[in-house]
Order: sequence, then C-alpha cells, then structure tokens
Amino acid sequence: MTSEPVQQRPNPTGDAHYDHPHSRRGFFTDTSICIGCKACEVACKEWNRNPADGDYEILGSSYDNTGALGADTWRHVAFIEQDRERIEEARESGRKLVDLGMPQVGPPQERGVADGAASSSATHTPDTPEFRWLMSSDVCKHCTNAGCLDVCPTGALFRTEYGTVVVQEDICNGCGTCVAGCPFGVIERREDGLVSTPAGREMPDTVKKPQNGVAQKCTLCYDRMKDDETPACAKTCPTTSIKYGEREDMLAAAHERVAQLHEQGMTEARLYGANPDDGVGGTGSIFLLLDEPEVYGLPPDPRVPTADLAHTFKRAGVAMAGMALATATAFMVGGRR
Amino acid sequence: MANADCIVIQGSNMAECHPVGFQWVAEAKARGARVIHVDPRFTRTSASADRHVPIRAGSDVVLLGALINHVLQNDLWFKEYVTSYTNAPFLISDDFKDTEDLDGLFSGYDPETGHYDRSSWAYKTDDDAGAEPEHGASASGRAEGESHGSGGPPVAKRPMRDDTLQDPRTVFQILKRHYSRYTPEMVQETCGVSVEDFEYLARSITENSGRDRTTCFAYAVGWTQHTLGAQFIRTASILQLLLGNMGRPGGGIMALRGHASIQGSTDIPTLFNILPGYLPMPTVDMETFQDYLDSIASKQQKGFWANADAYSVSLLKAWWGEASQPENNWAYDYIPRLTGPHGTYQTLEAMMRDEVEGYFILGQNPAVGSANGRMQRMGMSHLKWLVVRDLNMIESATWWKDGPEIASGEMRTEDIETEVFFFPAATHVEKSGTFTQTQRLLQWRHQAVTPPGDCQSELKFFHDLGQRIRAKLADSEDPRDRPLLDLTWDYPLHDDGDPSSEAVLAEINGRFLTGEDAGKPLSTFNQMKPDGSTSGGCWIYTGVYADGINHAADRMPGQEQDQIASKWGWAWPANRRILYNRASADPEGKPWSERKKLIWWDQDAGRWTGPDVPDFPVDRAPGTVPDPDAGGPAALAGDDPFIMQSDGKGWLFAPKGMVDGPLPAHYEAQESPVVNPLYPQQPSPTRELFPRGDNLTAPRYGQAGNEVYPYMFTTYRLTEQHTAGGMSRWLPYLAELQPEMFCEISAELAEERGLEPYGWATLVSPRAVIEAKVLVTDRVVSLDVAGRRIHQIGLPYHWGVGSDAVVTGDSANDLMGITLDPNVHIQESKVGMCDIRPGRRPRGEAATRLVSEYQQRAGLTVETGNERVTDPDLELRKEDPS
Amino acid sequence: MARFSFLEWPVVRQLRTADSTARSSATVSEHTRELTSRNATADRVVQSVCPYCAVGCGQKVYVKDEKVIQIEGDPDSPISRGRLCPKGAASEQLVNAPGRQYEVLYRAPRAKDWQKLDLEQAVEMVADRFLEARRNKWQDADDKGRRLNRTMGIAALGGATLDNEENYLIKKLFTAAGAIQIENQARI
Repeated sequence: MTSEPVQQRPNPTGDAHYDHPHSRRGFFTDTSICIGCKACEVACKEWNRNPADGDYEILGSSYDNTGALGADTWRHVAFIEQDRERIEEARESGRKLVDLGMPQVGPPQERGVADGAASSSATHTPDTPEFRWLMSSDVCKHCTNAGCLDVCPTGALFRTEYGTVVVQEDICNGCGTCVAGCPFGVIERREDGLVSTPAGREMPDTVKKPQNGVAQKCTLCYDRMKDDETPACAKTCPTTSIKYGEREDMLAAAHERVAQLHEQGMTEARLYGANPDDGVGGTGSIFLLLDEPEVYGLPPDPRVPTADLAHTFKRAGVAMAGMALATATAFMVGGRR
Repeated sequence: MANADCIVIQGSNMAECHPVGFQWVAEAKARGARVIHVDPRFTRTSASADRHVPIRAGSDVVLLGALINHVLQNDLWFKEYVTSYTNAPFLISDDFKDTEDLDGLFSGYDPETGHYDRSSWAYKTDDDAGAEPEHGASASGRAEGESHGSGGPPVAKRPMRDDTLQDPRTVFQILKRHYSRYTPEMVQETCGVSVEDFEYLARSITENSGRDRTTCFAYAVGWTQHTLGAQFIRTASILQLLLGNMGRPGGGIMALRGHASIQGSTDIPTLFNILPGYLPMPTVDMETFQDYLDSIASKQQKGFWANADAYSVSLLKAWWGEASQPENNWAYDYIPRLTGPHGTYQTLEAMMRDEVEGYFILGQNPAVGSANGRMQRMGMSHLKWLVVRDLNMIESATWWKDGPEIASGEMRTEDIETEVFFFPAATHVEKSGTFTQTQRLLQWRHQAVTPPGDCQSELKFFHDLGQRIRAKLADSEDPRDRPLLDLTWDYPLHDDGDPSSEAVLAEINGRFLTGEDAGKPLSTFNQMKPDGSTSGGCWIYTGVYADGINHAADRMPGQEQDQIASKWGWAWPANRRILYNRASADPEGKPWSERKKLIWWDQDAGRWTGPDVPDFPVDRAPGTVPDPDAGGPAALAGDDPFIMQSDGKGWLFAPKGMVDGPLPAHYEAQESPVVNPLYPQQPSPTRELFPRGDNLTAPRYGQAGNEVYPYMFTTYRLTEQHTAGGMSRWLPYLAELQPEMFCEISAELAEERGLEPYGWATLVSPRAVIEAKVLVTDRVVSLDVAGRRIHQIGLPYHWGVGSDAVVTGDSANDLMGITLDPNVHIQESKVGMCDIRPGRRPRGEAATRLVSEYQQRAGLTVETGNERVTDPDLELRKEDPS
Repeated sequence: MARFSFLEWPVVRQLRTADSTARSSATVSEHTRELTSRNATADRVVQSVCPYCAVGCGQKVYVKDEKVIQIEGDPDSPISRGRLCPKGAASEQLVNAPGRQYEVLYRAPRAKDWQKLDLEQAVEMVADRFLEARRNKWQDADDKGRRLNRTMGIAALGGATLDNEENYLIKKLFTAAGAIQIENQARI
C-alpha cells in the first residue's frame, strides 16, 4: 500500500485571534474496537446533565434506543447488523478507496505479532464472517469549516481556543439557524431541559438543567478541557474506541490504524473526516468506519452550506444580501420560545 | 487475561456484562491473541471476537468433552505438567464403573434416593490404613454438597500410581475412555456446532497452550445456571489441566461475576451452608467439635486445610470471645445445625408451608430475579412480616399491591396479611467498607458523604438490630439465648453513630489474644492456633489488616507498579494474585518459558521468588519429598502446586467433592428439545427436583404433549441494565438505553410463527405467560440438532411488573421453573421450553387461564419430566451379574 | 436575550476581518470565559469502587457542599485504568436518582398502601418480630434427639451487593440467633 504524508492544514484557531491558542483538539473514534456498551452516552449525559431521550420505548433499530444525535444525546451509538454479502461489498469498496489513493500514513508498524502471535493467526486476509454487528459512537464533528458557527447570527456559537465549536448557552436565543447549517444534523434545539420519569418525578436540584429552546450539541467537554481533563466519553470508554487528544495525533493514529487493518485484510476499514479537502475542510472528530458512511447514518459527502461563501461573495455581493436576509428572517421568526 | 494467547469466552457475554474487564481481552487481541466466543447468541462479545461459535444452550459438556477427547487422542496434552501436577497417574478403585459401563450412570447410584454412594470413586490404595476416605458425616450423600466450599475434601493419603499412565485404572485411562465417544460428529449432532468450527476451536486452544503459550477460559452464569453447572466448570478445568494452563499467566478459568461483592459474599458468606473462609456449617450428625473438624480435614492430609482446627477455633473466639473456652469446645454448640439443604428455593417451599414468619431482603429483588417469579411472590404472601432494604422501591417490596398476581386476581391486596417494612439503604459512597471483586481482590471504599434521610448502611442497621435484640434478652436465663448474649458485639461507633467498618475488618483479620503480642493483628493465617490464643473471623482474609494497616485501602497507582500491581488493594490468600502459581514453574522450579514466567525457585536464596507472592511454602525446594508421616503444609512435596487439594494435585478425576459424578458427563436439561444422544439417561440423575403444581415441567422430546412447548428459551443480561433492575431501571440514563422487555428470535422462527419485527409476542411456559417486544435478528440462528431444526429464543431478564421504576415489563424469570444443581443448589435458568405467538398476552384472569389451557393440552402432571432415571433397562441391568 | 450587533454577525464579521472562516475570540461571553470543570469546584475527592458488577473498577467521587456532584473512573486503578461501563458511568445518578427512597415505609396487614413510620420505631418493631419468630419456630433437637439449636422462623436473602463487613455482621448475628436460612445472589 502506498503511503503519502498527511496533509496538514492550519489550525482553525490560528485566525481566531486568541492570545493563547492551543493546539487543535479532537476525537478519534475507532469503531473497529467499539463494543457498543453506550458508556459514552451515559458519561456524556451525566457530565453535561442532559435529559433522557424519548418515551422509554424500543425504537426498532437493533440495540439502539436513543435514535440519533440531538439536543439531549451528544454521543450516540449506532448498531448495524450485516450479512456476508454486505461485508464483502464493504471490503471491496474500502479496497477501491485505497486504490484511489486515500491518504495513508507512515510505514506499517511492528505490532503484537512480535509478541508471539501464533503462526496460524498471522495477519492475512481473514475469512469473511457470515455475519457482523457494527457499532459506532457518533458525535459532533467539530468541523474545520463549521456550518453551524458560520450561520449563527448571535455569536452564541464560537470557535474555542482548542479549535472546537461550542454553543454559549447564555447568548443563544434559540433562533435555530444553526440547525439547518449543520450538514450532519447534529445540532438541535432542546425542547425540555428536565429529566422526567413516567412516575412524574423530576431529577434532584443537582441535576436539573432547564434550557428550553437553546441550541445544544457536544462541547467536546469544553469545561473539562479548560482544566486539562479528558472529555467524559473518551475517559470512560472501556476499550479506548474513543480516543481524545491533539487533532494531529488523532489523525496520525487514525491513519496508522487503518493501515494496520488493511494489512490484516480488513480492507473495509476507511477514515471519515480525515480529508482536509472535503466539504467541511475535515473534522475535529475523526472516525474509522468499516463500511460506507451512509451505513452508519453519516452523509457520504458532507458540505457546509457556507463552505464557498467567502469565495462566492467576492464574485457576487448579491449573495451576501440574500444570506443576510435569510438569516435575519430566521432570527426574527425563531426567537426564544 | 491480558497475557493470554487465546481466550475462549463460553457461558459468558463478557463484553456486555463486564465491559471494563473486556479491555484486557481487547488488549490481548490487539497483541495478536485469538478470541473465540461460544454462545447460543451472537452478542456484543461475539462482535468483538475473532469467531463466534453458536451452540445449543446447555450442551457445553459435549463440546468441552470433545476437546478433551481431541487433546487425548492426538497426544496434544502437556506431558510434564500433567504427569507431575495432576492426578492423572493415580489409580482409582477397582469397584469404580463409568458411564460407559452403566449407560449414563456412575457406580453407586441409588435410584430410590437419587444419590450416589461415592465410595467406589476413591483412589486405590496399597495399604488399608490409608484408605479412610470418609470422615464422619460426609459419608451421607446429601451432606457433601453442603459441607465444603472451595477447599476440597479429604482423600486417601497414599494412592497407588502408574507413571507410565498405561494401567487401565489410572485416572488418565479412565478419562480417555470416558470421553471417547465425545467426537466432533457428536458435537455437531448435540450442540449444533459445525465440524469446521470445532476444528478451529481445537486448533486454536492446542496451538496456544504449552510451555511458551497459554489459553484462558472465561465463564459466568451461562455455565453455573444449569442442573449440571458445577460439572460445566469441571470439564473446563480438566481441559485446562491437560493443556497445562492452570496456575500460569494468561491461563486459568476466569469466573465473571455479576455483583460487586458476590465473591466476598461467598468468602464471608451470607449463605446457609458455610461459615466464613469456606468452613462448613455443622450438620446434625457432627455432634462433637471433633466430628466437625474431622469432616473438614484430617491432620495427616496435605495442604492448608489440615489446619482447619486453628481456623475454626479462631472464628469461634472472634464471635464468642471469653465465652469460647476449651471446656465448652470453644462454644461449638452455639452454632445451629443443618439437616439438609436450606437454600433459597428450599426456604421458598418452607414459606409456602407457612413455616417461615419473617424474611429480610437485602439489596436483592427475588420477585424479578429468581426463577419461577410467581412462586416467589406467592411465597412472600405467606409471611407474617417482610423487611425490604433497598435504594429504590423494588418489585419485591410492592408485589402486594401491583404484582402480576394482583392483576390476575390470584391475590387480593386486602386479603394479604403480610406486614411489609421498607428501609431505605445507603449507597456505596455513603458508607465505608470492602467489596471483594472477581479475582479475590479486596478494595476499600472510603465514605464520601453521610446517608440522606432515613437511609442506613446494612452495617448500621444490623448492628442496631443486634443491640436491641440483646437488650430485650438481657435478663433471659434461657440457654438458647446464650449465643446472642455472649456474642462479641461491641464495635466502636463513629460520631454519627455508625459502627466502625474498619473495626469489623480488623476482627475479620484476627488478632493475638495472649502473649506479648496480645491485641496485635495477625499477619498471616499461619499464625492462627487451635488453642484459643488467636481470634480471626475469616482465616482466608487474615493479612488484610496486617500490622494494623488496612491493606484493602492500599492505593499505589497502577502506572507506578508492575503488572501484578500487588500494592493496589489486597487479594486473598496472603495477597496472592494468581492462585496455585507454583504451577507456573516446571517440577525443577524453573519457569516453563521466559515468556510465561511468574514465580520460580531461586537456588541461591533457597526460596521461591517472582513478581507475584508464591502460592506455596516459600522455602519448599522443588525436589522436596516430605516425611510420609507429616500432615498439613509440611506434607506438600516440592511438586504439589495445588496446595488446597488434599493431595496437592490438580484433579482430572474428582474422587471426592462432587455429588453427581467424578467426571462430567453430558445430560440434557430438565426441559430439553432432544433425546440425550450420549446416554439413555436423559437428565442428570441427581438433580434436585421441586415437583409441585406451581412448578410444572414440559414433557421430554418424544413424550406426549412435548409439541405444546416447542421452542427453547434462554435468559441473559444486557450491558445497559443490572440483574433484576433494582440499580438500573430507576435511573433514566440507563432505562432509556434498554427501555422494554424483548425477545430475540431468528427470522426463520418469526416466519414460522408470524411474528412481526418490533411487534408484540406472547410466551407461554408450563409456569407462566409473559409478553415481550420482538427483535428478529440474524444474531440468533436456528440449529440443526439431532436431525431436527431447533429454534432458540433469547430473553433478557431485567424487567419486572410494578409501578415505581422508570421502566417496567414482564419478567423472563416468571417463565423459569425451579430445578437445581445438586452440588451447589443453583437453579437451571439458562434453558427452558415454551411456546411463542404473536400479540400481547391476555390480561386479568385470562392470563392464568391461558397457562392452564397449555398445561391441560400438554397433559402436565407434577410427575411430568421429574423421573430421576429415564433408562427403562436400568432395573434389568442391576440384576445382571455381569 | 443577547444584545444584537449587526457588526458581530458572523457573515458580516468574516468579511470585515481577516477571519476568512468566520471565527473569532471576540464573541466569547463572560460566562464562557469563567467556565470551569465542575470537578475543579469539589471540596474533596474520595476514592471508591463501582457498586455494579464484580470487576471492581475504581471510582473517584467528587463532593461539594456534602453532596455528590460527580463520579467517574479512577485512572490509578490497575483493574480499570479510569474506565467505566454505562452502569458505572451512571453511578452519580444512582446516588442522586429521582426515584430513590429516603423514608421508612410500613404496610400494615391487609392495608392497601404504605404509611410513613419513624425509623427508631420501625427497627424496634422488627426486633420484636425477630424474637417472636425465632421463638415460634425454634427447634432444640431432631427426632433422634440430636442437637439442632436453631430457628426456622427467619430467613434472609441478599449480600452480593453488600460489603464484606456487613455480610460478616449479618452472618454472625443470624448464626448466634440460630437462624440458618440465609442466602444471596451467589446461589442465583
């Protein structure tokens, strides 16, 4: 497999005028070692005191009962059951990505093989299993070119000194413009900020968090980050499927892991969000997937609506007026509920 | 586990039930270890394994037996290990007859009582003096299961042996013959496991065992909850001994336990049959203290059980202090006597007979979590009073107003006489104390906050209750009250009135009572004496408070220690992390290989050394041949690694200790869809039966009415919930993740029964009817077994019927019947038979009517399925002199 | 509601400044600037152990104003290395659960519902009943005259979620009282 150097792009904090910008932080979610335990969902809710989702009913999607990322669920684990035919298709499509020159990094690493893997378990094309059960923990992508941030009329959404994208709850007026601005469908306004139970009991005061109507999404635990703590989901993850660190390191780890899997014959492995030339300029949260993104409910070619705005504006100022009008309308109609 | 080269997870859904423990499997896998999951369902564990091998629930002995056969037939066993460290060369009595000889029974079976006389299973000895296998009361078949825990019973001291292993009476040859019909084809026929999968499994474990490599097995309740559960584990032990995987890094058999201190609650038992440290509770025939001690161990036998007198006297001194004196046999008669099993299901029957007046339920939810839920709830309605102590208002506290029997009209709230007390409990952060985790490690929890409202710890509640009871009896002259009045119950109190848990731990550890060290804590159980000069509440925990330091609270960060991490918490015994680790070195005391070294003999220093604490007399040289008249630890030879066994060896054949056979044999479950392909004897002939109208059994395959309950079901847990739900269904964050009761079925079964994905299904067993949402999935496959298509239904058991939890639902345990393993009295809740049909279950009286209709259609009586012996030719053969 | 300034409108701002991708530190609010980890506000942090399964994962309990404000994994634990499963991660909610009971409740014979009961009185009532049940179902000897010294009137179930010290006191008290029917989850 050919390897190309990782293409580095400037840290988006670079031009955000921070006195003390940090290196850009991000997640690397390696779905190939996810065991679907959902500890990330719980740890996230507990830290951020987010309400439980839904009506306590089986959703009809394997073991997934929270459905999707939204105002209350900032980490979401998807479960996908696949048969052999589908696995072979995934393997083939992954192989094609490599043939097309998907960026890879570094030489194949010396790994556990050295520590005496049995001869018969050496790393070559594995048998295609009859069946597999994919699990993947999704999260806000913290895009390089963040649609939500670009369209936010109030400045509630901002780029932190760590290069992440965070909603400021005290500024957000609930206009909802950002909801349409996110190509991943991540950000959402919260309907009700209280955890309730069928018996009508509310959470005790320590856990209440009423924020009706305010836009909500993963902050990459901005508050924890300020104290040098690992985000709650990454800290709790039993198998280190969720890794957290400097985005460059995450990117390198992701490339190394995908190369390792390909070497083991798992050509279905591919990265998501690692390409700086995609429609959002790459993401802060990188994923290693074992099938096409659509299989996991991820857009195959996400494009931030404002991606080409700057470029466009220079050519056609008309667009600016249109955009401003649209956003202003949303702002006035939205308001606080 | 992280050191294993191959990990076989069988009878456990480790990634789901122990996700954080699974990190070590994930790490081993990342290093190149092979991970295989053997389970009826494709679970989240299977998804993370190299291969999932689907198996028919309850057929594990056939698969493991076939692996044993494969290892023996192909000469793949670890010769030096097996000949030196196991009882393979020992000869068994000429009177022993195997299941191969007796069509599925071992010699000594009494069809009248359903018990074995096990005298023919003993070692063959060359001198009669040594052949004194039975000590006191353990001669009675039934008592054995009660009378020792992990220790292992006494055996003849000098068995005959044949180191060539050729004598047909050697354990090795008997083993070989016993499993000779356990072939890959038999596995396919019985378990539904393909020959290809079997060969993959066999290749994986044998290639990854030996001097340089080790294979580890992990199991959980998938093995224990069967009528031959203890034998499932025995089969894996035999396989692991043959492969040389016991007592070595990355080897062994790991029990994965579901509760924080389930290990601790066996070590310091809230169990009827044992006292702390696996000392037995005395039975009625142990009339003197000497009878009692003789039942545990002979002073002449090898190993640490020979000092049971010191452990017992120290316990009696800890409990009754000055009232425990040589003149009154250390107050031995203060201990009540057993007359048979008094387990939770026997107690339930006693409740039904109105023999139990009061019942304490402490952090458990039997109305949901115990087999035959209806019987559990009906039993409680016979009580005069019930005390429930829990964090949340669990179903076991509310069945009298919102249980299923209230809905069906079988019980009326206004008729129920039972008084119910609900006491709110303290959480784990509102009290201090130790949990013992699954690898025998004690970890101290510091108290973070005081309990709110009326919430109390169990420590506070029972200390207070004891004080009140003693005060009320203070003037009593009745001798029966002496044990309560003489009890040492003077624990120091904290400012808030709570007794000091550290003082209790110090009592458990034990102390010197006399001499210059009087009052000082013991450092090791070797300091315990049978003369009243020491006390100690649980001998195996001695050392946890050595030098007056609470070692359970030791917290040197893992990253500052080696892999053994001996300065984090404290492991019994004596802070050893791997049991029987003498076996990690060869007979000469050298590590089997550099890669797998753990402890070894340091010739210059004259002692065993290594990163772990040696689980062996530290200065016993490898070549030591002990004085033949010695007993106890002094009698251990330099190559006797299994120091708690009375012969120092790992047991391929159990001459003692198992009540249902010296070797595991495959029997079908109480309810099974097939005829036992191996023996004419269908189910275990020694299983404990509860033949009652409210605990009916489905007919066996081939008997009339069998078709009424055509499908197998098996129960299990999910990551997102905790057992009967008392600590998870009240938490919105967990409740939302698995909000409703469901069943998992194959597409084939869904089509056969017209079940809609995510619609409702009704399940009917001979005991009850429940409803569940339907998950149709390829993760459940239908198997070809014994020439038939077998459908298995998967049922998580976390939900219960009530009105207080965030999420409620029907309980899978209501479907289960009560039939027990005779060794450990654990119920068979992994396999049952039922019918499934579309739609919700009927409400009210109609629900009970539906269950009755099924019972009538199948022609069920209390006798159905409860025959002990199923071989019609048995009587005939008994008369045949050959 | 936040003050609205057209000049701070991101779309305008990105044209106004060199910030080509519309990012600026200028929008950071006071609240955001002062944001800090809740853990950092704790009065004390206590080492504990997860109460769910038997793996024994290390936990750190963060306490502020005598209330538990957070429980998360203890990275120092060689068993768990700071990780927790969903149940362990929900431990804080276990302690502060919305449905948790804080009061002693009593259901009288034939009663249709609970009533509140004073804690002291409740324990006293249980002590009386304990002694009465013990007396009523006492057995001195079996039919062969052999010593039994026990009561069959009292039973207990539980222990696998309790501390060793608690189980020790329970077994000790029950045995001294002659009550033998004591069981826990290890047998289930």
